[in-house]
Amino acid sequence: MKKLLMAMAASAALLTAGGAFAQDKTKACFIYVGPIGDFGWSYQHHQGALEMQEALGGEEKVEIAYLESVPEGADAERAIERFARSGCNIIFTTSFGYMDATNKVAAKFPDVKFEHATGFKREHPNVATYNSKFHEGRYVQGVIAAKMSEAGVAGYIASFPIPEVVMGINAFMLGAQSVDPDFEVKVVWANTWFDPGKEADAAKALIDQGADIITQHTDSTAPMQVAAERGIKAFGQASDMIKFGPETQLTSIIDDWGPYYTERVKAVMDGTWEQHDVWAGMAEGHVVMAPYTNMPDDVKALAEETEAKIKSGEFDPFTGPVKKQDGSEWLAEGEVAEESELLGLNFYVEGVDDELPQ
Amino acid sequence: MGMAEAILLTVATAATPLLIAAIGELVVERSGVLNLGVEGMMLMGAVAGFGAAIMSGSAWIGVFAGLLTGALFSLLFAFLALTLVTNQVATGLALTLLGIGMSGMIGESFVGMPGVKLRVLDLPVISDIPLIGRLLFGQDPFFYISIGLVAGVMWFLFRTRAGLTLRSVGDSHTSAHALGIRVVLIRYCAVMFGGACAGLAGAQLSLVYTTQWIENMTAGRGWIALALVVFASWRPLRVLVGAYLFGAITIMQLHVQAVNMADLVSLPGPLYWLVSVLKSAPSQLLSALPYLATIVVLVIISRNRRLTIMNTPASLGRPFVPDR
Repeated sequence: MKKLLMAMAASAALLTAGGAFAQDKTKACFIYVGPIGDFGWSYQHHQGALEMQEALGGEEKVEIAYLESVPEGADAERAIERFARSGCNIIFTTSFGYMDATNKVAAKFPDVKFEHATGFKREHPNVATYNSKFHEGRYVQGVIAAKMSEAGVAGYIASFPIPEVVMGINAFMLGAQSVDPDFEVKVVWANTWFDPGKEADAAKALIDQGADIITQHTDSTAPMQVAAERGIKAFGQASDMIKFGPETQLTSIIDDWGPYYTERVKAVMDGTWEQHDVWAGMAEGHVVMAPYTNMPDDVKALAEETEAKIKSGEFDPFTGPVKKQDGSEWLAEGEVAEESELLGLNFYVEGVDDELPQ
Repeated sequence: MGMAEAILLTVATAATPLLIAAIGELVVERSGVLNLGVEGMMLMGAVAGFGAAIMSGSAWIGVFAGLLTGALFSLLFAFLALTLVTNQVATGLALTLLGIGMSGMIGESFVGMPGVKLRVLDLPVISDIPLIGRLLFGQDPFFYISIGLVAGVMWFLFRTRAGLTLRSVGDSHTSAHALGIRVVLIRYCAVMFGGACAGLAGAQLSLVYTTQWIENMTAGRGWIALALVVFASWRPLRVLVGAYLFGAITIMQLHVQAVNMADLVSLPGPLYWLVSVLKSAPSQLLSALPYLATIVVLVIISRNRRLTIMNTPASLGRPFVPDR
């Protein structure tokens, strides 16, 4: 019933979003998995879209259309297809679960460019993929968590067991282990990207089970607020969540999509768009750390130092020696993980106290 | 505060919005009307409750605003479905869509604002009784309202003349009409009661559960409430059981994921075994567990077909046009 409803919402929104389309304008369309007011993932994508429009000459030059809260799965395909029909020149699908739907629709509309965030399938020449190295930020967070936690236990609210999320957990763990080899990370899978109530429940469960630092890979601000209520520290997600926890947020990984969207839509305007796979991180400015707050100066200094090292390329979070969860060797001393391996990551590093759902 | 107590408290918080919304919808459906707009009415209640609370500085004003908004919003459904006799399913869906959009629009400026939390009751001494002290005497007012609503609805439906009238309207609106009962008026009242409850449930979300306004923050709870009513075969106590079962398993599975088995060695054998089995189960299955378990349990307690048919409002969802 809910799906039917969402589909109806999607079609209704599209009818209003479609319509006006002039040939001299470039139309860029966005599919979001959550509401743009989530102050997290989808909010940040939308900010990037607005920044792109501004940078490319405003409404005169670029028309933006978007759909919020589009469920991953069959409804996504309908939504993307309607966008493709409504005259979009380029469509950004901004969640992992849109991967197959994006490729399926792309086959039918060879003249429309498709950009899928966080995925790895590019089955047609008009599909590009893009992602950011959020794990670089997660490593810094792990360092901070191990320094700040009194219990030596952090709680990690995870969404879905996809490589992106597993990578984040591993990077966080490695960062924490670089400070405290015995540091413990408790993982709770919420199996949703956005459900404020459930995310809050997960945060409460983790805190009740002994965690005194909360970090999340879900999109709402609810966990931050629970942490604030319980008087512990937490990390924001996707955007700067400082106003939800002025005395709680240690830092946040900010996804800055603006430069990328500007570059890609401009390529469409110039006729130079080509398929590619981009995975950029701190160095390119796609991953930005929010100000380091609510921590002593020495922790802040260490965090800044770690960030600088990653940014300059001097250090990669996935540098050996690293063992897999079962104790077998993954990366030898000094060895750096292959990007292709990371993008398909399906195992934990040693020390994570959780069984990875397969 | 012990672990068991902490868990019980979160369970109550998780179950309360489902219970309030479901008990309201139960009355609506008992009168023979199917209003699928619960999710939308909840969102309207959530945004109105949050907005009124931050503007007035009083969480109680937020509670009343949520209740009132839910009731007023449901009037729209009542007018379309009862007066203009539109299709109830389609109208209810439309109400949800409208609620999602409208609450998002109204709440745009509330996003990111700190909310006003409704204070919990704190009675000296008895709130400190171990385990049940906080659970029974130290909760937010919504908890007591929800329990009071269940008791009140049970009394009203099965112990009063007005309740009998409402049920008769739900079972056979033509017969009730022939007896001179004002079918449409009674249904209007039932729909508004359901709307008020949904609005109240929404206000619980934005004033207690997560004290903030986020677009679409109900995340499907209205649909769960609707399903609860059907699986509870329109019996208030079963709705209570269902809501708490759903809440309990939702919270327990999160705890199972986070717990260290080493901390549980003092548990009795079978329980320890159960937790370890669940802990090794895929988290996707754990997430589905509240739905599965609630459906299974409610189907089992409603297995008496004759009683279920007796409890099902026979005119549910059927249009009623009085012959003039």
